[in-house]
Amino acid sequence: MFVFQVSAWGGYVFIINLIPLHVFVLLLMRRFSKRVYIAYSTFYVIGLILSMQIPFVGFQPIRTSEHMAAAGVFVLVQLYSFLQYLRERLTRQERQTLFSVAVCAAALLLFVCVVYLSCTGWIAPWSGRFYSLWDTGYAKVHIPIIASVSEHQPTTWVSFFFDLHILVCTFPAGLWFCIRNISDERVFVVLYAVSAVYFAGVMVRLMLTLTPVVCVLSAVAFSSVFERYLSDDPPAEDDRRNSGSLYEKAGKVRKQVLCEEGLGSNIKSLVSVLLLLLLLMFTVHCTWVTSNAYSSPSVVLASYNHDGSRNILDDFREAYYWLRLNTGQHTRIMSWWDYGYQIAGMANRTTLVDNNTWNNSHIALVGKAMASNESVAYDIMRLLDVDYVLIVFGGVIGYAGDDINKFLWMVRIAEGEHPRDVRESDFLSPQGEFRVDKAASPALLDCLMYKMSYYRFGEMQLDFRTPPGFDRTRNAEIGNKDVRLKHLEEAFSSEHWLVRIYRVKDPENRPRLERKPRVTSTANKHKHKRKATRRRRGFIKNKLVLKKGRRLNRKQRRTGLN
Amino acid sequence: MSNSVFSVLSRFVEEYRSSTPNKLKMIDAYLLYILLTGVFQFLYCVLVGTFPFNSFLSGFIACVGSFILAVCLRIQINPQNKGDFLTVSPERAFADFLFAHTVLHLVVVNFVG
Repeated sequence: MFVFQVSAWGGYVFIINLIPLHVFVLLLMRRFSKRVYIAYSTFYVIGLILSMQIPFVGFQPIRTSEHMAAAGVFVLVQLYSFLQYLRERLTRQERQTLFSVAVCAAALLLFVCVVYLSCTGWIAPWSGRFYSLWDTGYAKVHIPIIASVSEHQPTTWVSFFFDLHILVCTFPAGLWFCIRNISDERVFVVLYAVSAVYFAGVMVRLMLTLTPVVCVLSAVAFSSVFERYLSDDPPAEDDRRNSGSLYEKAGKVRKQVLCEEGLGSNIKSLVSVLLLLLLLMFTVHCTWVTSNAYSSPSVVLASYNHDGSRNILDDFREAYYWLRLNTGQHTRIMSWWDYGYQIAGMANRTTLVDNNTWNNSHIALVGKAMASNESVAYDIMRLLDVDYVLIVFGGVIGYAGDDINKFLWMVRIAEGEHPRDVRESDFLSPQGEFRVDKAASPALLDCLMYKMSYYRFGEMQLDFRTPPGFDRTRNAEIGNKDVRLKHLEEAFSSEHWLVRIYRVKDPENRPRLERKPRVTSTANKHKHKRKATRRRRGFIKNKLVLKKGRRLNRKQRRTGLN
Repeated sequence: MSNSVFSVLSRFVEEYRSSTPNKLKMIDAYLLYILLTGVFQFLYCVLVGTFPFNSFLSGFIACVGSFILAVCLRIQINPQNKGDFLTVSPERAFADFLFAHTVLHLVVVNFVG
């Protein structure tokens, strides 16, 4: 089961740290038993070697810091069990404090070893993806490509409520119930809940790890409450032998004055009905969320008109199908990495970067091409052998996820690799804002992304109230309406101009000369010619006349032959 | 101090010899053999180098894994620990041991490369 998790998602690191943490806490709580020892040791060894079979994981389980906790606890557990064994054999006195001190000392020794190995470099330090969970400001400064992913942003309260609804409130109640009746397994649930809450607060994507434990603990809370409120009062007479889950009318039940849970049956029914209502609302909410937010394919956009009818925008698929039908099989497409998988899947063409590209420099090169002016970008595109460029432009319909909105992230990622060529401040207005209208920075008005997005857009008037060239997404009239492309030509724009594809032109056959055409002076020649025309028609100056038999003297020979 | 340690050790060895049943002694001998094999592998790696790293890892983990599984078997069979393992009979423990070993060796064979 663990190996399935390893092969599916990198989040297995959470599990491989949570389980050793659980074992360690059990050790500290003195609940450690032989069963835990057997379970953990077997799990660790077999899980370790099986997880190394996954090619992506490779040797990471013994070389990176994220897995060191598991190894450390494993060694600690061996030592502890061995000491336990000896203790049983030798002395019969309970020396608890001595053993907890010994356990702590052993843990400290191990920790020092791991730190030493990390420092010498044999064990790699925490990799960027996981380090940014502890130091949340790290990625924005050092690894912009991790910070740019929208799923890595901190979670808002809206997301919590959207995904969990009333479970947000019942989850702490369930947690308290778990802690009250503590046992070995419940320690694990408590630890899981606490750590999952922290991680879900750091990154939206990790809500995924929180939801199972929230469901479980809320279920615990609800079942405890229902158990209490749906059951009868414990009967005083022996003839009342009804089972605890039936509910009886108020008149029949004899009020138990001595019973400490002296709740009136009115209150019981009220509470039960209220909780049922809450659960019903929860079900309705979940169904709605699943149908609207988690089921709609993001490739086909749907919008709703004034009368409620649905308007389908199928631009993405239209563009990818155009690519599939109208380009050669080996053409290379340059686009931002978000669309890499879609292009590869639906258009069946080669892309430069896609969602799984780990080569940050390559992505930075694409970003630099998008952010530079056309000539520099053309050099990069010829270097990378690009045939077509694909961008997403939302200005016609007001689509907010287009490439101009992502543009600053492209700049930041490119700046990470080429800090001298690309600077984020160049693309912002003097006041520090990102604008596309007349107050935009000149670098932005000149860059390839701007030109490709707004090519011919200045002639387009969407609405009689707004001027031509009005960008609906940014609610601004664009700054440079006269866009001319020198090295690209427009190949395709989808129905609502959502996806625009440009073809990279080949270099010109004969490069235009920058020099002015040569001007020759004709004044002298004219005069000269006039004189000569009076004479015979064409003559050769200094023509050598050869008389047979007579040798040319030296001077004539030289002039004749030169 | 050393006298007491020595005496403690000798007493421990004596008690071990007298009180452990033969089955457990066999398992202990097997454990000792595995331990020595693991130590030798590790020494080899340290001396000669880790060139086929996956082979070294697979061999070493095979040793560690067999050791752990044998220890688990020993714990589960030990009649003194019967209170902890009410649902696990010695036959069941041995069957678990064999199953886990099969999985371990399949993976090791795959990993040796």
